[in-house]
Amino acid sequence: MTLFVVSVIIFVAVNALPGDFAEAILGQGATPEAVTAIREQLGLNQNALTRYFQWLSGALRGDLGVPLSQALFAGNFGATAVGTDVTTVVDQIIPRLKNTLFLAGVSAAISVPLAVTLGVLTALYRNTAFDKAMNVSTLSAISSPEFFIAYVLILFLAVLNPIFPSLSNIFPGMEFSERLTRTMLPALTLTLAVTAQMMRMTRAAIINLLASPYIEMARLKGLSPMRVIVKHALPNALAPIITVIALNLAFLVTGVVVVEVVFVYPGIGQLFVDSVKIRDIPVVQACCLIFAAVYILLNLTADILSIISNPRLRHPK
Amino acid sequence: MTLIYILLGLIALLGLAYVFRLGGQAATGNKPFFRDMPFGVAFGYVLAAALLLFSVWYFFQPTETDGVPRAGVIFFRWAVQGFLMFAAAAYLFRLLGRSVGTEGSKKLFRSMPLTAAFGIMIIIVYAIVSIFAGVIAPYGQEEVLGAANIVPGGNPAIGGNPEYPLGTDQIGRDILSRLIFGAQNTVGIAFVTTCLAFLLGGSLGFLAATLGGWLDQLLSRAVDALMAIPALIFALLLITIATAWAGSASWQVTIYMILIIAVIDSTRVFRLSRAVGQNIVVMDYIEAAKLRGEGLPYLIFREMLPNAYAPLLAEFGLRFCFVFLTIASLSFLGVGIQPPLADWGTMVRDLSQFINFAAFAPNVAVAPLLAAGAIALLTVAVNFVVDWMLHKSSGLKE
Repeated sequence: MTLFVVSVIIFVAVNALPGDFAEAILGQGATPEAVTAIREQLGLNQNALTRYFQWLSGALRGDLGVPLSQALFAGNFGATAVGTDVTTVVDQIIPRLKNTLFLAGVSAAISVPLAVTLGVLTALYRNTAFDKAMNVSTLSAISSPEFFIAYVLILFLAVLNPIFPSLSNIFPGMEFSERLTRTMLPALTLTLAVTAQMMRMTRAAIINLLASPYIEMARLKGLSPMRVIVKHALPNALAPIITVIALNLAFLVTGVVVVEVVFVYPGIGQLFVDSVKIRDIPVVQACCLIFAAVYILLNLTADILSIISNPRLRHPK
Repeated sequence: MTLIYILLGLIALLGLAYVFRLGGQAATGNKPFFRDMPFGVAFGYVLAAALLLFSVWYFFQPTETDGVPRAGVIFFRWAVQGFLMFAAAAYLFRLLGRSVGTEGSKKLFRSMPLTAAFGIMIIIVYAIVSIFAGVIAPYGQEEVLGAANIVPGGNPAIGGNPEYPLGTDQIGRDILSRLIFGAQNTVGIAFVTTCLAFLLGGSLGFLAATLGGWLDQLLSRAVDALMAIPALIFALLLITIATAWAGSASWQVTIYMILIIAVIDSTRVFRLSRAVGQNIVVMDYIEAAKLRGEGLPYLIFREMLPNAYAPLLAEFGLRFCFVFLTIASLSFLGVGIQPPLADWGTMVRDLSQFINFAAFAPNVAVAPLLAAGAIALLTVAVNFVVDWMLHKSSGLKE
């Protein structure tokens, strides 16, 4: 439902512009024939509602249209037939989406365990020097822009100590270990950007619970502080932790844009930025829809997971 | 091979930790501090001590071997010196705040952690630099000077020039002046955008909270829908459309960016101010004011706004950081503030290739990091202050 509304917003935002789109993309020197050809090809001669439903039904069938760069070429050189040697938006997006998901997966695999462990540790040793140092460093990591973290990592891990390559140009058919090495720097950058937030939330969620009577009880029984936190506090703090993890995973998928540009990683974010620069509207539209879909799906997953993790919500009276 | 060394080092540290705890127990006659120390904590102490020793040792390594600069050592020295300098400056600033000023401000400074003092100091410095950029900067931001690619540091032996302390960029513009003007452009634009977002989101949020009914429903659903699209992505989409539609002169792009980011961020402000407003609207004093027959403007400005001051101020700080980072990211991607205006995001992108020279010419690699660091420093500073304010107002002690 939300996704439907979002698709309407994206479409309206793109189409509610005055003037003719075909002329806008061809510029001043466009011949009338070229404008007509583009208009035909993009279906701009139909009214907006028809076009929206065409786009939506196409999107549901997995057909997101033809990139403007291709359409422009076809329009100028007379090849009106869509199909033969014209790649579609989906052809462009699918391999890049896979790369982005791989990157997001790697960084999630590093950052989630790290964040939860650090969160538990800081909650355990709260108000010590360790906790304060972690607090300051995570706050700095949250607030630095991604490209700053990225360049500092490049400086130390790629240029000064050549451990990882600074450009992660992966391509299909690469060995997994090689691929992993090349993905490592962008993944580490994203890890640094999201771990801090998750860790702080884990710490706050656990500390919030420490005043509850059952924690007092566990302490009075003589359990060790570690056991109190891991066995008694953590399961009850799961719901907020899961929510913040899902939100940060959503950020992983959408926040990759800058990181991918820095490391020239062939993911969907890079495609998105390139399309924005050349104003390739169908690709931008499609990328936007995909990003929004991932974002909404992860939020939904968070809601479902936090219900599953809480028996009180699982069995409503 | 390296892995084996690391493993051996870890095992040695574990052993040291055991010895440390045992020794502590023996030396202090089994004081509770050592008696109840878990092994993990002992390991933590030993690890921290080892790291500290290593940093001190590394800090005093020679900066070059046989005339070849050791970039790792040089960067480490700069980092440590910078860190210590900022810490010392923050400490002095806090001392100053404790002894100068009114009774209230003195009291404020006495209860302030060092991080917050650091944040306030940085914010004041940035504000001064951005307001008086035209006076401070030695050259103009668009001024192309004679020589390009002068190395930062002002040392003629390695390609520097004392007239340009931070060097010049590829087409010969003074980096120091561009950094200073960048403060004016980037921070100024971010500030204006945040103010716009607050004006829009705040007033609509309070209206929705006071009036309720269909207006509240309409606005809230619209905001829900807008918030379903990630902010940076949505901003990029809208900027594409705006430039494709109404021309892409550089001042136009900047205006679009301000408006678009203001609208996107106002949704977040709306959420907060509506929630805060709803809590206030049910209070007795609002009821009393309504019974007195006060109008809507009086209710909002005289009754609600003063009571929503603290959360809104904290939100303003956080929102400013987000806006600032979004603008910097957009400029970094090439669709934000347009040249020839100096801007930190664009500077990072333009100078980023120099980082690859770090291994043999550390001074060259500093240029892109300076601009990126300037962005990071401000956001870190604002976050420190906001964190302290939230901590203070929530009264969290645990």
